[in-house]
Amino acid sequence: MDSVLLARMQFALTTIYHFFFVPLTIGLAFIIALMQTLYVVKKNEIYKKMAKFWGHLFLINFAVGVVTGIIQEFQFGMNWSDYSRFVGDVFGAPLAIEALLAFFMESTFIGLWIFGWDRLPKKVHLASIWLVSIGTIISGFWILTANSFMQVPVGYEIRNGRAEMVDFLALITNGQLWVEFPHVITGALATGAFFIAGVSAYNLLRKKHIEFYKKSMNIALIIGFIGSLGTAFTGHGQAQYLVKTQPMKMAAAEGIWEDTPDPAPWSAFAWIDTKNQENKFELNIPYALSYLAYSKFEGSLKGMKTLQAEYAKKYDPIVGKGTNYIPPVKTTYWSFRLMIGFGMAMILLSMIGLYLWKKGRLEQSSMFLKILVPAISFPFLANTFGWIMTEVGRQPWTVFGLMTTADAVSPNVSAGTILFSIIMYTLIFTILAGVMVYLMVREIKRGPVEHQDVNSTVSIDPFNKAGV
Amino acid sequence: MELSELWFVLISVLFIGFFFLEGFDFGVGMSTRFLARDQKERTIMVNTIGPFWDANEVWLITGAGAIFAAFPHWYATMFSGYYLLMLTVLLSLIGRGVAFEYRRKVEDTRWTNVWDWVIFFGSLLPPFLLGVLFTSMLKGMPIHEDMNMEAGFSDVMNIYSIWGGLTITLLCLLHGLTFLSLKTEGEIRQRSAALAKKLVLAVLGLLIVFVGLSSFMTDIFEVRPILEPIIVVLIVLAYGLSYYFISNKREGMAFTMTGLGIGLTVSSIFVGLFPRVMVSSLNKAFNLTVYNASSGAYSLKIMTIVAVTILPFVLGYTIYSYYVFRKRVSDKEHLTY
Repeated sequence: MDSVLLARMQFALTTIYHFFFVPLTIGLAFIIALMQTLYVVKKNEIYKKMAKFWGHLFLINFAVGVVTGIIQEFQFGMNWSDYSRFVGDVFGAPLAIEALLAFFMESTFIGLWIFGWDRLPKKVHLASIWLVSIGTIISGFWILTANSFMQVPVGYEIRNGRAEMVDFLALITNGQLWVEFPHVITGALATGAFFIAGVSAYNLLRKKHIEFYKKSMNIALIIGFIGSLGTAFTGHGQAQYLVKTQPMKMAAAEGIWEDTPDPAPWSAFAWIDTKNQENKFELNIPYALSYLAYSKFEGSLKGMKTLQAEYAKKYDPIVGKGTNYIPPVKTTYWSFRLMIGFGMAMILLSMIGLYLWKKGRLEQSSMFLKILVPAISFPFLANTFGWIMTEVGRQPWTVFGLMTTADAVSPNVSAGTILFSIIMYTLIFTILAGVMVYLMVREIKRGPVEHQDVNSTVSIDPFNKAGV
Repeated sequence: MELSELWFVLISVLFIGFFFLEGFDFGVGMSTRFLARDQKERTIMVNTIGPFWDANEVWLITGAGAIFAAFPHWYATMFSGYYLLMLTVLLSLIGRGVAFEYRRKVEDTRWTNVWDWVIFFGSLLPPFLLGVLFTSMLKGMPIHEDMNMEAGFSDVMNIYSIWGGLTITLLCLLHGLTFLSLKTEGEIRQRSAALAKKLVLAVLGLLIVFVGLSSFMTDIFEVRPILEPIIVVLIVLAYGLSYYFISNKREGMAFTMTGLGIGLTVSSIFVGLFPRVMVSSLNKAFNLTVYNASSGAYSLKIMTIVAVTILPFVLGYTIYSYYVFRKRVSDKEHLTY
């Protein structure tokens, strides 16, 4: 295997793994802050118990999110040094700002929150979890500023053989950023909400702490509904923007080889043959793609063959003759569909949940509760497939129109070295995932009340039980 | 002063801050293995750094981010060149961070013990390896005309860089011990002070040999013939004073002095480098400098405005956090980690 492929595999491994924890962190931090606000305002102890219990699960997740995030700050230099040299002038700034503005805030205030329950005034303690939540969102904003530049480069000029920043404002007002950022944040809220909903459903089925989990479920369903519906709306905006800025990605995501008729149908299923550049079988919904792309029932889209010819004319002088500008079509097509599918299922589930809640039948609907437990995985799958579509669909580019992925890797790092690091990361990630799931399940089985009890014995003699 | 020079100073400050702050929590992490008599004592020690270690580590992350933004070539050359070293640092930090959070999530001594070993190695390896990285950088690395570094094992690991790594590690350990004597009570407090006192002498010995080696292996005393010797004198003075303060049980001052010692040691590396950021052992002309490795003027201006605006807030709430958790830690209260 060559080093480009290995470096790409490593990037996929480390970022996808990291991004299991990020949306859960963003979503849970917000919801926990909300719960703790309810506690401080309503002075009802159950909300404190909620903030503490969900806070425990949050911290188990947060720890892995933080440490896998460290890799991100270094791996551009380690695996993608030519990329770093080429775009560092533009791309480095949002990363540095993220660290300065968000990481310091998150890490300091999470410390104050964890260790400050008995030491800080109630309102200051509440403020610290809000600052953690705001920190996670700010962090998302800056990393997506950097990512948006890779999708739609703005605010730069090519000087001294590299992209140099000439307009910082253009970077943070990048149209791509303002469709991508709300999409990621609403998706993260839905992730946190579905996690709480699923765990609550599991315990309602076991008839444990019914009052506690019912209240948690209610909060989760509201946020879950807002989050998943918001994700769909912002996703629609992003798709429309995509047609304008990266038509090739859109064409691949839709499996369109030839220009579509007007109005364009949306492909629900296609048997794609990349070799012969055609679809063997298609199941289409008429008008739908025109609506998706232009919010009206007319307009056609360009196919990949047309775009390949257009791109060749425009970009061959930069990257060389005979470049294939078509991304891996099947991956892009199916990840897009899977993302939409799981997203739609989440909207549906949260709507059913809200309906059952209103009818007062939520705890009796064991069928629905049983679905909610595995549905914890839906937002994680949707998030992952969304990013696979975004990043794979941009290929062969690493920065669209400016630099190909093949030109971006470190020339001085051997394939063997990258392979070795992939093995090491895989090993440690597997261990971490195992330990994390084990701890999560343990805490969930233990539940909120028992938890308090354990804490109070610990504070008397931390190792009483262990016999030290 | 040009903005790129200012950013070199800012990055030095970030790394001085990193070694000053994370230095003591590395030190505490290391000393858990031989200073604590049992798991209960280890728990107390880990809890002294509980609220701080995460934010301390952000200084390193921010340092790397600032290098990326201000000196993309430095970032690209250093991290791709020191690939395996950085991989080991990252794996250590990953294990360590999780270990703090998980060590007492299950009430089982073996469980806690395993994580405590992770904390030990996770606290020992990063300062050693980063020490190796910075000292070998000072000596010069095989950097080619295209700015890419292709280092063999002996370029990274040689007598000089290993000595540098050991020195940095022991400086962190000493700093951790003075922190412990400041933040604990009773026996742990006495034991850490006693060990710190012995260690100061060892550290001074290591440092003097390191200075000797540096004058042979690097050109820092030729590049900065006045400034470097002054820093060396100040370092010796700081550790001398720390010995005095430890002996007189003035723990706050002792901690300040060991911190000053680390800060000065790190600054001596950056002073020796300037205006280079990566020294090429192949040809002087291939050196990366603050001038040929930096971002454009516009980017640096934006970054300067952002940094100058945000840093006061960061310092403000960092100080607040240390103020909130200023009390000594003991098992009389609830220990979170």
